Amino acid sequence: MEFSMSDEQRMIADTAREIAEDFPPEYWREKEEKQEFAEEFWRAISDAGFVGIIIPEEYGGAGMGMIELLIAMEELAANGCGMAGVWYLVLTEVFGALSIVKHGTEKQKEKYLPKIAKGKLEFCMALTEPDAGTNTLNIKTTAKKDGDEWVINGNKIFISGADRAGGMLIVARTTPKEKAPRRTYGISLFLVELPNPAIRINPIPKHGINYSKTCEVSFNDLRLPEDSLIPPQDEGWYLILDILNPERMSFTTAAIGISKLAINKAIEYSKHRRVFVDPIGSYQALQFPLAESYAMLEAAKLMNFKAAWLFDNNVNYREVGSFANMAKVVAVEAGIKAVYWAMQIFGGYGYTKEYDVERWWREINLIRLAPVTQQMALAYIGEHILGMPKSYRV
Amino acid sequence: MKIGNGGESLKIFVLAKHAIDTESEIRLKDEKSIDEKGLIYDINDWDRYAIEEAIRLKEMHGGEVTVIGVGNNEDTLRKCLAMGADRAIKIPLETGMDPYKTALAIKDVISEENFDLIIAGLMSQDCNNALVGALLASMLNLPFATAVTSVKVEDGKLRVTRELEGGYQEEVILQLPCLITVQSGINEPRYVSIMGIKRAKSKEIKEVDVKVDKEMIELERMYLPPVKKAELITGSADEIAEKLIEIFKEKGVI
Repeated sequence: MEFSMSDEQRMIADTAREIAEDFPPEYWREKEEKQEFAEEFWRAISDAGFVGIIIPEEYGGAGMGMIELLIAMEELAANGCGMAGVWYLVLTEVFGALSIVKHGTEKQKEKYLPKIAKGKLEFCMALTEPDAGTNTLNIKTTAKKDGDEWVINGNKIFISGADRAGGMLIVARTTPKEKAPRRTYGISLFLVELPNPAIRINPIPKHGINYSKTCEVSFNDLRLPEDSLIPPQDEGWYLILDILNPERMSFTTAAIGISKLAINKAIEYSKHRRVFVDPIGSYQALQFPLAESYAMLEAAKLMNFKAAWLFDNNVNYREVGSFANMAKVVAVEAGIKAVYWAMQIFGGYGYTKEYDVERWWREINLIRLAPVTQQMALAYIGEHILGMPKSYRV
Repeated sequence: MKIGNGGESLKIFVLAKHAIDTESEIRLKDEKSIDEKGLIYDINDWDRYAIEEAIRLKEMHGGEVTVIGVGNNEDTLRKCLAMGADRAIKIPLETGMDPYKTALAIKDVISEENFDLIIAGLMSQDCNNALVGALLASMLNLPFATAVTSVKVEDGKLRVTRELEGGYQEEVILQLPCLITVQSGINEPRYVSIMGIKRAKSKEIKEVDVKVDKEMIELERMYLPPVKKAELITGSADEIAEKLIEIFKEKGVI
């Protein structure tokens, strides 16, 4: 067992911290308020090679793994960027680069990866559908063969970054569920360049994370060449798991990073803020919940790194998923508590935009719902780890 | 030697100090030393600009950048290598707060090397002496300029702008080889990139032992600045005014 970071990993953390310090909470307050994409930040992390961490060197990346990506994400988030330190990297590097690195054809790798590594091509993933939700296998979007082309039709929802991405990973059914020999059969993945006139994109106003747009997407006879499929056809479900597990780990890291940011800001304030005689930071009522959530966050962090280690060492998706789900459950519970109490420490000021903690509250609120709800993660633990009966019918 | 427009490459040495971060909380262990516990070290801020300037000059004119550091400074040397320096020299000598000793140690090592230009930060963020660069230049008998805010290589010469007080500037031409100390803000230092971090792994950090017996500075006593106390004056306006006058007289203000 080895818990220490390598020199390289420490340096990645240092760089991430330095970048985060140049993009402090007030930068994100403004971007969020104006609902603007953070171009300067994206340029900075691209130039520093963060978008290529998991891309092999022959395609212009660093050839590292999820562990290094999570280290970078946490430091960015915890040192000022909050969710933004994770979000943009998830969309482009996890949804885009990782799916291609893991399963793309040589031609697809050559076409997309070098551009992604430089930060010149943003990505998004069109998976979730209005009538499917977490029940991914129930998706209705279809891809049908017409001569040597694929024709895609259907509707997607909550597709973040679709408004500006140059690339999209589409998840569609190539064999209808009714005709599939098993539920997981018949799902396929496709890569498409955006914009495309057959793809309509409509942003959905939302609660937080407004430096990125989350959209409804519809495909209306979208015609794609044969080689836009990520093979093998119909077996895409297992390929998606290699994206969804890292996505889960990234969001766990976001919960940890956002919480640490909020905790640190609250601690700083609590040391100086006096309402009665002593600084409020001396009150156990405020210390204990922060201490408790901090301890849980550190525990979740270890478990999340374990999930990442398993993933980087090609252990099967189910074992990776177990640790990724357990880490997510713990991190989010602890994170909600941490940000709640950080806000409590600020009192009325915590409700103002100027103190940023309300924004982190809105950010952490997403992670209890996405990538899956806490309840679905618990159901996974109940069924797949504890061996209890499936608690919902499919 | 024809450097710059002639297209010949530059051999540049950069001095980098692993210095206490200014945001560290300083505590004293005793009257002569600082408590190391809880101190955060990083590359001296001015030296970040120095290494960036060296890398830019190398990118423009070709050549080699060597970073050199005194003390226990591997993290800072590694960082410079990750930014783009080609090699590093570590002098594992404890020089404390003595800039003369530091300069002597560097002189011993650097005089064995070929170089066209030495770049140092104007000062260090911990001691603020602004001496190592100038001392080293005089030890090596080199022309030098301090507080440099821009650099241009012209036909074996260096045209630099120096920052003066009161917003004035001075332009100086130095014959290469020479030494400059750079002011912060001369450029925008790049972030260490992930690829740079990977490349740094295979770059050499050479350790060179140097003995310097001379101590130029004797440390007598270290102390934290006394905390300035605030006094709240209460009472009626007349009483407050009277008390104020008394204080001003006592302090010799009026």
